[in-house]
Amino acid sequence: MPSDTIEHTANGTAATTETMTGAEIFVHALDAEGVDTVFGHPGGAVIKIYDAMERIQPRFEHVLVRHEQGGTHAAEGYAKATGGVGTVLVTSGPGATNTVTGIADAYMDSVPIVVFTGQVPTHLIGNDSFQETDTVGVTRSITKHNFLVRDVNELASTIRQAYHIARTGRPGPVVVDIPKDVQMAEAPFAYPETPNLEGYSVPGKGAPKQISRAARMIEEAERPLLYVGGGTINADAPDHLTKLARKTNIPVTTTLHGLGAFPETDDLSLGWLGMHGFYHANQAVQHADLIIACGARFDDRVTGKVDAWAPHAKIIHIDIDPACISKNVYADCALVGNASDILQQLLPQVGPKDTSDWLAQIDAWREECPQTYDTSDDTIAPQFVVERLYEKTKGDAVMVTDVGQHQMWVAQFFKFGQTRSHITSGGLGTMGFGLPAAMGAAFGVRKRGRDLPVVCVSGDGGFVMNGQELSVAAAHGLPLKIAVMNNNFLGMVRQWQSLFHDDRFSHTDLTATNPDFVKLAEAHHCVGLRATHPNEVDDVIDEAWSVNDRPVLMEFQVPKEEMVFPMVPAGAATGDMITEMFNKDAIAKEG
Amino acid sequence: MSDDEQTLTRQQIRRKRKFGEPILPEEEAETDQENRHIIAVRLANSIGALNRVTNLFSARGFNLESVAVGETDDPEVSRLTLATTGNDRIVAQITRQLDGLVDTLDVTDLTDAEHVERELCLLKVRYTSATRSEVLDLKDIFRGRVVNVTPETMIFEVTGPTKKINAFIGMMQKHGIEEVARSGRVAMHRSLEYEAPNPLASSDSEVSANGTDPSAS
Ligand SMILES: Cc1ncc(C[n+]2csc(CCOP(=O)(O)OP(=O)(O)O)c2C)c(N)n1
Repeated sequence: MPSDTIEHTANGTAATTETMTGAEIFVHALDAEGVDTVFGHPGGAVIKIYDAMERIQPRFEHVLVRHEQGGTHAAEGYAKATGGVGTVLVTSGPGATNTVTGIADAYMDSVPIVVFTGQVPTHLIGNDSFQETDTVGVTRSITKHNFLVRDVNELASTIRQAYHIARTGRPGPVVVDIPKDVQMAEAPFAYPETPNLEGYSVPGKGAPKQISRAARMIEEAERPLLYVGGGTINADAPDHLTKLARKTNIPVTTTLHGLGAFPETDDLSLGWLGMHGFYHANQAVQHADLIIACGARFDDRVTGKVDAWAPHAKIIHIDIDPACISKNVYADCALVGNASDILQQLLPQVGPKDTSDWLAQIDAWREECPQTYDTSDDTIAPQFVVERLYEKTKGDAVMVTDVGQHQMWVAQFFKFGQTRSHITSGGLGTMGFGLPAAMGAAFGVRKRGRDLPVVCVSGDGGFVMNGQELSVAAAHGLPLKIAVMNNNFLGMVRQWQSLFHDDRFSHTDLTATNPDFVKLAEAHHCVGLRATHPNEVDDVIDEAWSVNDRPVLMEFQVPKEEMVFPMVPAGAATGDMITEMFNKDAIAKEG
Repeated sequence: MSDDEQTLTRQQIRRKRKFGEPILPEEEAETDQENRHIIAVRLANSIGALNRVTNLFSARGFNLESVAVGETDDPEVSRLTLATTGNDRIVAQITRQLDGLVDTLDVTDLTDAEHVERELCLLKVRYTSATRSEVLDLKDIFRGRVVNVTPETMIFEVTGPTKKINAFIGMMQKHGIEEVARSGRVAMHRSLEYEAPNPLASSDSEVSANGTDPSAS
C-alpha cells in the first residue's frame, strides 16, 4: 500500500480502515511518528519489514550501518545533536545482542533512542530456535522500558508508547521486540494520538513551596555555585539557566555532559569539574556554601569521595527523576520537575547578588593553577590540536569524542559555547562510541538544517572499535572531520599504569597492531591526512576543512607520555587534586 | 518549617560521624538506619512487570525476604507486597525508582503506616496415633484448619502475622515436618484512604519534558 493513501494529520496521527501486515504497520507508524532517520541492519527476523520499506518508500531515510553497535551509537549521536529520538532497527539474536552496548550507553547517559529488534515467531519463543535471544530479558536492566509485541493489533500503539517513554521525563532507551509472525499478521492501522500509559507520569513544574524555599536559600548564600549537568540540555533549559546565572551573578561549573549548557567564554563560567575538571572549579565546590545542582546526578567521577565533597554546602537539587534526589549526596532542597519550568519559576523570585568577593577568590584559584601543557618544537601536543580545532571553528561545531585521554583534553581545551555541541560517552565510557555517534550527529545536523561541522576526536585504540562505519559516512557524503590522536597506546590506561602501577605497561602498547590510519581512511572512501610535526597541524586542519563531500580522517601523531592533569585520583577527596607533574611515589601509595 | 533551621548539612553530619564527633539527638534522626520495610505495589498485569520490580532490588544487592503477588479486583492490575530489610535512605530511593517504572501504578511504603499484615502457611506433618491429639491441639491453639489427612500425614492451613507462622512451624518441628509452603506476606493499610506523604511531589504532571510530543503539539 503506497503511503499517500494514508492520511497524515497535523499532529502526526494516521489511520486506515483496510488491514495491512505488521511490517507495513511498522513502516507507517514510523512515518506517523515523524521519524526521519533509521539506523539499521537487516536479517531474517526483520526481512518482512525491510521488504515493506522497499515497497512503501516511506518518508524516513534508512541508513545501512555496518555493525549494529555502530547503529545504536549513531542513534545516540542523532538524538543528542537534535534533541529528538534516535531509531534503530535490527534483526533477532546476534543483531539484538550487538546493540546491547549502545543501549547500555544510552541508559547511563539518558539518551532517548528506540531500538526495534526482530524476534523469532511467537510459537517458537523459548525453544532455543535459530537466532533466538530473550531480547527483553537481556535488555531489561539497561532500558527505561521494553516491550515484546505479541499481537499485531497492539503494534502501532506500542510504537507510540515507546517513543513517548523514550523522549519524556528522564529520557532513555526503549526496546521493542517484534516477532516475525506479528510482522506478517494483518490488522487495520491506527496511530494513536495519546500513548495511554496509566502508570507513567512525567513531572512538570516544581512545587511552589519548594521553589520559594530554594529562592530563600539562594538569597542567603554567600558563596553559591551552579553545578550543571546534561539534564539541563535534555530539558532545553540552557537559556533559562544562563539568565538565572547572569541575574544572580552565580558562577557556573558543568559536568562532562553539561558542557555547552553555559557559554564557557562567559566570565561566570568555571568550566568543568570532577576527576579531570579544573582545579578552580573543584576548589569552588569545596568552599561553596550553596550548590544548585541542575540536571546533574552527583556521579562519582564528579564527587570523588562523597563524604568529603562540598563539605560546607547546602544542596538544592533540580532533577526530573525523583529517584536521583539524595541518591549520592543529600539534597537539602529537592526540586523535582522539568528544569526549564523550574528555572523559569525560580527566576522572578531571585534578585541580583553581590558575589564579587567569591568570584575574586575563584579567580585567585584559577591563577594558582592555570590549565596549561608543555609545548615542544618537534612533537605535537594533543592539547594543542584541540586548541587549533577550537580556533578553526571558534566553538561553532558539534564535538564528538571517543573515550580516553583525548576525551578529557577536548573537555578541557575546547570552549563550548552552545547547547548540544558536545557529545560523548560519559556514564558507560564506551570506546568505539565516537565515530558512529559523530555519524549519527551529522545525519541529525543535516536533517534539521543546522549548519555546523561535526568533528570527531578519537584515540587510536577506540577508533578501530567501530571504524567500519567510515564507509557508511562516506557513502552518505557526510563531511565529518575526524581527528585521531595517535599515541600508539591505550593512553588513559597507560596513564593509570604510569601513576599507580609503577610504569608496568601491561598490554597497552598498540604499536604492533595499529593500522595505517591514512590508508584505513582511503580504503573506506574517505580522505586520509597525517601530521607528525607541530607545524603541520594547521595545514592538515585547513586541508580537512576544504573537503565538503566526504569524511576526512586526520591522524595526529602525538607522544605517548602525555598525561591528563589535573586529576583527582579515583576515590580521593576532590580537595586533593593532583595539579601537575608530581612525586609519583607519593601518589602511588595513596592510589 | 523546621528544616529551614537545620544548620548542619547532611555531608557535615556524615563527616562528624566518621570522625567520631558527638552528634545531637535531632541530628541523629537524620542518619541512616537499617529497618525492615514492607512495600505495597499496584502493578500492570503484564509480561515482565514483576521481573522489573525484583530486578531493582537485586541490582542494589537487596534480598527480598518475601514477595507476594496476585490479581486484584481489576484483572489488569496485580497487587504486590514486598518485604525487605535495608538502609532507610536506600529503600526510600528504590521506592522512588519503583514508582518511576512504567508498569507500576502506585507504590506505598507501609512500614510507618498503620497496617495489617498476613501470611498463609500450608504445613504437612507426620503423625502417629500417639501424637495425633497433640498435633491437633497445636493446630487449635494457632487457629489452624486441617485441609488434608492421610494415614501418616496431615496438612494444616494457618494464617496470621509472620511471627505467628514462625511460632507454629517451630512448635511442629519435633513432630517431623514433611513440607512447608508459605504465601509470603500480604499487607494493607488500615484506614479507608491513605495518602502516602510525598514531599517530592511535583505540582503537576504529564508535561512533556523533552522535545515535542506528538500529542501535545
Ligand atoms: C569498550 C571499552 N573497553 C575498554 C575500556 C577501558 N579504557 C578506557 S580508556 C582506554 C584507552 C583508550 O585508548 P585510546 O582509544 O587510544 O585513547 P587515548 O586514551 O589514548 O586518548 C581503555 C582501554 C573502555 N572504556 N571501553
